[in-house]
Amino acid sequence: MSNEHGHGDGHHEPQSFIWKYVFSVDHKVIGIQYMITSFLFLLVGFTMMLLMRWQLAMPSPGDDFDPEKLGMMRTILASVFGENNMPYGYMAPEFYNQLGAMHGTIMIFLGVVPLGVAAFGNYVLPLQIGADDMAFPRLNMASYWTFLVGGIVMLSSFLAPGGAAQSGWTSYAPLSVAAPPGQTIWLIAMVIIIASSLLGSVNFIVTTLNMRAKGMTLGRMPVFVWAQLVTAVLLLLAFPVLQAGAMLQLLDRVAETSFYIPKDMFYGGVAFPRAGGGSPILWQHLFWFLAHPEVYVLLLPAMGIVSEIIATNTRKPLFGYKELVGSMILIGALSFVVWAHHMFVSGMRTSLANLFVTTTMTISVPSVAILTCLLLSLRGGQIRFNTPMLFAVAFLPMFGIGGLTGLPLGFAPTDLYLHDTYYVIGHFHYVVAPGSLVALIGATYYWFPKMFGRRMNESLGKLHFWATIIPINFVFFPMLIQGMWGMQRRLADPTLQWHNLPVQGWSMMIGIAAAVLFLAQIPFFFNFFYSIWYGEEVGENPWEATTLEWACPSPPPHGNFAAPPVVYRGPYEYSVPGHDSDYWPQDEAEPEAA
Amino acid sequence: MTPLPEAAPTRTGISHAKLGTWAFLASEIMLFGGLISAYVILRSGSSHFYVPPRAMMGVPLATLNTFILISSSVTMVLALVAMHEDNLAKFKRFMLCTIGGGFGFLIVKSYEYQHKWHEGITISSNLFGSFYYTLTGLHVIHVIGGIVLMFVVLSQGSRGMYAKNSDRVECAGLYWHFVDLVWVILFPILYLL
Repeated sequence: MSNEHGHGDGHHEPQSFIWKYVFSVDHKVIGIQYMITSFLFLLVGFTMMLLMRWQLAMPSPGDDFDPEKLGMMRTILASVFGENNMPYGYMAPEFYNQLGAMHGTIMIFLGVVPLGVAAFGNYVLPLQIGADDMAFPRLNMASYWTFLVGGIVMLSSFLAPGGAAQSGWTSYAPLSVAAPPGQTIWLIAMVIIIASSLLGSVNFIVTTLNMRAKGMTLGRMPVFVWAQLVTAVLLLLAFPVLQAGAMLQLLDRVAETSFYIPKDMFYGGVAFPRAGGGSPILWQHLFWFLAHPEVYVLLLPAMGIVSEIIATNTRKPLFGYKELVGSMILIGALSFVVWAHHMFVSGMRTSLANLFVTTTMTISVPSVAILTCLLLSLRGGQIRFNTPMLFAVAFLPMFGIGGLTGLPLGFAPTDLYLHDTYYVIGHFHYVVAPGSLVALIGATYYWFPKMFGRRMNESLGKLHFWATIIPINFVFFPMLIQGMWGMQRRLADPTLQWHNLPVQGWSMMIGIAAAVLFLAQIPFFFNFFYSIWYGEEVGENPWEATTLEWACPSPPPHGNFAAPPVVYRGPYEYSVPGHDSDYWPQDEAEPEAA
Repeated sequence: MTPLPEAAPTRTGISHAKLGTWAFLASEIMLFGGLISAYVILRSGSSHFYVPPRAMMGVPLATLNTFILISSSVTMVLALVAMHEDNLAKFKRFMLCTIGGGFGFLIVKSYEYQHKWHEGITISSNLFGSFYYTLTGLHVIHVIGGIVLMFVVLSQGSRGMYAKNSDRVECAGLYWHFVDLVWVILFPILYLL
């Protein structure tokens, strides 16, 4: 047998700084690299959004406008972004479109997904299954560096003539084919980011299936690991289709093909120089075939995280472990057959629309099942309201609003009215921002002690929580109201259309709330970096949790576990009658056996 | 050169490399699947999809290419068998045959591309041309990648690196069969239909 080549012998710990922290193959270092990078991208995306909200709060000059007497903000904005982008501090529509497209792209592909999947997945998943590293450590490193290159290429598109991509994060053809060169850079960056994601998902799947510790059966895996496994399968199978779509769009732009260009198309008053015959709807199909599973890629890790935090802090087993896992698998499977509900207004046969309405309503069943399981898990628990738990509990109603507001969009008749209004923006932001992102911030507080051996400050954490969760609702809830009034999205100046005027007033409040939300992140970033060096030191298991990541030192050394752990029981054995403490770690041997 | 260690035992009983290769191929299926469905949808749905007459397509050459690629898949299997038998000379011979098959395919393909381009089937001439060069072009990139992979496997294998662990030969083989399979699908849908 080959025992000498078994556990922990994959690679040795490097000594020099550059190989230990920069070009590291250790899943923990790569996880932290992903975490810090995606926080930076989230900050960039947030800043873009603030600029857009500034514009939307006061979109056009009033009657008393005097270019000689600009306010301080407008003078600064005009000089920072130039007279082309922000003349007199008012945003040019082209610049607004660039920020809109880049905000969406950055937040989704460079912010939330890398944070939820790559950062926490990389750091926590191998620990939770009792592995010493990922299955392919060098592939893991390649995945991070590819991701970083993709992100930098994406940002660099602002330097292209005509600016960054401005066709929305959805890049609908044929406008995206006719757009300035920034769109080409967007497509190239997407191809790079997708390649990085594929490397990661292969790694996650193989690691989860192959590297579980002795006794860690599939039925004993923590919900977070299940969530990551389903997510990895979604990324593996859905992303290549967008890869294909992006290649076709790239060829449409650079090789003068006409996959998405209809016959005899006119653009800007002149005939568009292509053979034609293609279909813009084809792009929408290829795009949404990825982008709907992508919604669950944003969501499933968050659900896994919330399950972990709730189980630990209610001191009782999760309600319905099997239902949670089964629902996640069902969501994963169904998410491949709902994509066209994004396209009800694109023109679709009624029978086909009915099919997608049905699948969309069906997928809400497992989503509600998960939410119900998590809600019932709270019942009768001795809840510890620490910072991670606050964020995890807040996820439930926030995702609830996000999910429920999605139902009218899933029905074709109501969608026809609500489509392309602020209602849609309110809906999906409730899913992603107060939903997923709030859970991911909770995960940062929850796993921070494991990553750095110190705890983040609780008072600052609670301040951060309340200062986040209140304004974030003032940002997104008014959008639902504006949308139901029919206010259209994607407009740099909605006041140009009369029907948007009655609810324009809300935009000022949204702008203020967004600025407060931005300021509320200062305590978080301060807390994060302060606690790395000065936080309260903690031992292996500060939360008294049961899963395996708490069975190794904080932070875990290279190779993670001193000896390969053995798993004796399910992941959430809290308050077991007859056991001497209220938690029973997965790797603790039975008293008789010990 | 020191031989690779035997594959460590895993929970599924399938080595990391092999499971990873299968996962990678699943994503490749979705990539080609996406492109091929786009082709099928536009070919059946667009009213401006002109299919060139079959005589222009050069079916005999493409048939020859299909034969070359399938044969190289066979020699790849034989190379793996030779590795299992520890017969390095035979392994080298069959790997070289496989690589030769890859090169043969590329040579025929480059002649075909040139010929078609001159006949007016270009990437931007019409939808069929666009799909033809996109689908076969992506496949050619995969063939080139496969040839590079084969050279690595040949060089490592003939220096005795796979004495205890022939996973890499097997994974390279899986990939090569996949590339072969893609061509077996592209051939009828582009040349024969």
